[in-house]
Amino acid sequence: MSAYSITEPTLRAKWVAGSIVVLYALITLLPLVWIVLTGFKTPPDSISYPPKVIFSPSMEGYVNLFTTRSRIAADDLAALPPPETWYDQIVRDRDMVIVGPSKFGERFLNSVIIGFGSTALSIILGTLAAYAFSRFRVPLKDDLLFFILSTRMMPPIAVAIPIFLMYRSLGLSDTHLGMILLYTGVNISLAVWLLKGFIDEIPREYEEAALIDGYTRFQAFRKVVLPQAATGIASTAIFCLIFAWNEYAFAVLLTSGTAQTAPPFIPTIIGVGGQDWPAVGAGVTLFLLPVMIFTILLRKHLLRGITFGAVRK
Amino acid sequence: MAEIIIRNLRKEFGAFTAVQDSSFTIGDGEFFMLLGPSGCGKTTTLRMIAGLELPTAGEIFIDGEEVSQKPASQRDIAFVFQMFALYPHMNVRRNISYPLVSQGLPPAQVKTKVAEVARILGIESILDKPVGGLSGGDRQRVALGRAIVRDPKAFMMDEPLGALDAEFREHMSEELRALHDRMGATTVYVTHDQLEAMQMGDKIVVMNHGVVEQFGVPQDIYDHPATLFVADFIGSPSMNFLRYDGAVRAGDTTVSLGGVTMRTPEIQADAAPGPRVFGVRPEHVRLTDSGAYRGKIEASEYLGTTQIITLSSSCGSLKARVPSGQVAKLGEVVGLEFNPATISIFDEITGRALRSAANARVLHG
Repeated sequence: MSAYSITEPTLRAKWVAGSIVVLYALITLLPLVWIVLTGFKTPPDSISYPPKVIFSPSMEGYVNLFTTRSRIAADDLAALPPPETWYDQIVRDRDMVIVGPSKFGERFLNSVIIGFGSTALSIILGTLAAYAFSRFRVPLKDDLLFFILSTRMMPPIAVAIPIFLMYRSLGLSDTHLGMILLYTGVNISLAVWLLKGFIDEIPREYEEAALIDGYTRFQAFRKVVLPQAATGIASTAIFCLIFAWNEYAFAVLLTSGTAQTAPPFIPTIIGVGGQDWPAVGAGVTLFLLPVMIFTILLRKHLLRGITFGAVRK
Repeated sequence: MAEIIIRNLRKEFGAFTAVQDSSFTIGDGEFFMLLGPSGCGKTTTLRMIAGLELPTAGEIFIDGEEVSQKPASQRDIAFVFQMFALYPHMNVRRNISYPLVSQGLPPAQVKTKVAEVARILGIESILDKPVGGLSGGDRQRVALGRAIVRDPKAFMMDEPLGALDAEFREHMSEELRALHDRMGATTVYVTHDQLEAMQMGDKIVVMNHGVVEQFGVPQDIYDHPATLFVADFIGSPSMNFLRYDGAVRAGDTTVSLGGVTMRTPEIQADAAPGPRVFGVRPEHVRLTDSGAYRGKIEASEYLGTTQIITLSSSCGSLKARVPSGQVAKLGEVVGLEFNPATISIFDEITGRALRSAANARVLHG
């Protein structure tokens, strides 16, 4: 018999807690698993009823995602030389030929440039502003902080039309710069407020020690404050990236070609040559990867950062 | 090493005046204590000398150079914080070498200096440890190491022992004083602990509400407090205050306390009739049957070699420090004698001591 302990949970309590966690994970992961699996199905498998859980995997969705194809007559198809690659083969099996690459690669690259670009800009501006609010006697500090926060008090899409008109006359529509500025504008209030909390937690004495040791204010900020604020910066960066990466409404409204990001592009796949769910699944799977990798890389910081400095390490 | 001169230094935070027109001089190589209760402006004064706050008005001379509006980095002083403020993302060695790196010293020289400082402080064995796991005393030594490694003109210390436990504080204060004596560096030390100030300081400034109440060597401040505040703040138990009304004239050598004539040092000032305070330290009160001034024993505290007797008298209650062997019965009325040379007379309205033959040398301003 083990003795009763107030710090160590009983075996049954562990089982209950474990089951709840696993159940919750299953519920939240199920749609994700389904979309990943769909990416590896053939189009008939993806819409079969009852849904197929066991199926023979195919790369057709990924091939369709990255290519544009054209249907040709059976006679012409027979006249062609044998397919050179495995993806040529997959397309031929559907009586089609590849006529060129799709726009997915470009759109994905746009997402990377705009998402990471606006995250970097938000973090740089946010850290400097948060430091100033935390350390200096800024006139009207509280009012300014409230003003910064107030930009988040309405849904950003409420100002979509003014922004659309403004961007059109400034020539920022459908440009990378325009989207980076827009997402930075939305994220900056979050960044300033989160980072101010983290920087407030860092004792001033560290910088003062550095100032006395002969460093300038900026050197003290860079060499002493930034390493201390790494946790906060990492978790703020994740929040900013997730917003910029997933943003759909503004992307639809303000981009159509050059600067279009992946979110507005993926739905357009559905319309090309029937409802190509495997290609959508493949697109979504690839779209999820960068944020997942970024989050995993910064996970150690995020776990500590998400408590917002409430717990001393 | 340097002399530090503070002239009419003033600091306002908005409507609040933290330091009011303070002036004093810190001699070259002195261990100088800024003493006062919390909120008295002592830390603000220290931070102004260091350059972490800029004064609203006044001058600060370090080694003859006026620095009051210069940034901390250009003053060549070192600062030891109460929280130590060791850089948590660096190990001990990097913490100590940091000020040298900022001066652009070549790595070989940095290495030699750090090794030398580590030897002086006895922390060679922990040089490569992270600062996170160190004990309070070791952190303190590392903080000192970071301060002395640069051979600055002066050291500023803001309650450096405040974060240590009582037992260790004693040990560390001896170590600090020994270090100072060996290096001979001008040191400005902030504390609210009057015992610490008297134990360690060559000179003490006592501050209250942003005003310098008195400055001088510990014994002068203890024996001849310039104000009621200093008399009350320094010493434990503090000076006895017996209140009476009366006029004084220059040349008086007695005052009338509750109808009893008491001898005092020769008064050197005239003062119109008004409320006065007769100040006497507990160790200068003797219980004797011949004393004309009478007090009733209310309580006694046993302290080993001495005991503290609390008495009530016609001019207020007072404490006497007497040998613990002396018998003191509660409720008994006894005669009291005061050592005349040690008496201070204060004006209760201004709170200042009246000039006398005893304190004339000490009072200033």
